[in-house]
Amino acid sequence: MNKFYMSSLLAIFALALIAWVGAPALPWLFGIVLPYLAVAVFVVGFVRRVMGWSRSAVPFAIPTTGGQQRSLPWIKQAKFDNPSSKTGVFVRMALEILTFRSLFRNTRMKMNEGNRLSYHLEIFLWLGALAFHYAFLVTLLRHMRFFLEPVPGAIQMLEAVDGFFRLEILYDSVQFGLPGVYMSGLVLLAAAAYLFLRRLFIANMRYISLPSDYFPLLLIMGIAFTGILMRYFTKVDIAAIKQLAMGLVTFQPSIPAAISPVFYIHLFFVSVLLAYFPFSKLMHLGGIFLSPTRNMLANTREVRHVNPWNYPVKVHTYEAYENEFREKMVEAGLPVDKMPESAPEEMTEEEKE
Amino acid sequence: MNDKKWIVLGLILFVGLFSFPFWFNVGKAAPAPEVVLTEQAKAAKECVMPTDFMKTEHMQLLDVWRLKVVRDGVSQFVNADGKEFDMSLSNTCLDCHSNKAEFCDRCHNYASVNPYCWDCHIDNPKGDK
Repeated sequence: MNKFYMSSLLAIFALALIAWVGAPALPWLFGIVLPYLAVAVFVVGFVRRVMGWSRSAVPFAIPTTGGQQRSLPWIKQAKFDNPSSKTGVFVRMALEILTFRSLFRNTRMKMNEGNRLSYHLEIFLWLGALAFHYAFLVTLLRHMRFFLEPVPGAIQMLEAVDGFFRLEILYDSVQFGLPGVYMSGLVLLAAAAYLFLRRLFIANMRYISLPSDYFPLLLIMGIAFTGILMRYFTKVDIAAIKQLAMGLVTFQPSIPAAISPVFYIHLFFVSVLLAYFPFSKLMHLGGIFLSPTRNMLANTREVRHVNPWNYPVKVHTYEAYENEFREKMVEAGLPVDKMPESAPEEMTEEEKE
Repeated sequence: MNDKKWIVLGLILFVGLFSFPFWFNVGKAAPAPEVVLTEQAKAAKECVMPTDFMKTEHMQLLDVWRLKVVRDGVSQFVNADGKEFDMSLSNTCLDCHSNKAEFCDRCHNYASVNPYCWDCHIDNPKGDK
């Protein structure tokens, strides 16, 4: 057993237990105070973190190059992988943020028989990450139905598309499928589980994994799991939950009676995630926009990058040094770049003047 | 580099998007919907199952009813108190709850739920208002 994922797992169980035990006794704490606090910590922490990054120096031009740099007109440039124009950088950033291009380029080295090296496309991490992030986005957006009144048509359309498959399993023993099954929730749980198990079962991944890797994954799995549990298994009063959510966003918080403790676990997990966000590697949400390796122009041969944070250094050039000590140097017989214009004897006269 | 203004702009955009539910709902009070019971429903006092169960599980119950009637040919439902009901949305549910707009739709619209019951069933089979 690895203490890193065990500690994260135990932390998740402890959090669930806290909400399970605490929420029935103190519903206003778990339903009102902690969510507000979490949102405040998230926004303030996020802004502080990004502003901190904005103050840090970019002393060198360090764009990573993934193709031919702009060169002679008859050499074809890789316009997006080695962009020399702002448009190129924009396309590169868009592809990076929307399709995780650098993750797609991930390869694995392998030694074959006869010591032949080969590179393999490592596609599953990219697929898992893509599924995870987009499922999370859709889940987040369709949760807006709890926070907006009236619910905008765009959100309803998203729900309709998400529930397109109308998956229903209806036997005497297993009844699943009403209310309508949303694909995004299931994909989110499956993808997060895959990303977690990948860290667990691939030895070299386990070696480099820390609690800060396991904890957010397990937390998000916990959120997805409690969400699925509430929607399809231990059903909850959805109107009461929306009443609570609307109370929060209209600053007239109220606690409707008798909401299932599972909901409070869900809400507590989300609060913890929000509060944890600015202090964790989840800040790649903001950080990806500020990656100098991706957002700088690859025009290092055309333009000299001067560190704009260079402070004016007080320099004493050799020329000035020689001007100061020329006579003494000549007297001592040291070589000088520029001989004094007149002989040393006349020099003394000049000095008198 | 002079990127600070872009970073600040991006942050303002992000915080604006994140706080969308707060300013979208400004000045709106959105109390939980009140469902209206018809006289007949009030007189019956109890639904086929207790209210708490019906609040959270009615969709599952209806789904099972449909399965039982359509697949198994069973049409009688016996609840925990031993009372018998016809397993029918139109004839049992809508008999008491003949006010779909004030009963079904209020919560469904509030929670943005779009049940496909009404793809086939007409909402007021008895035709009374």
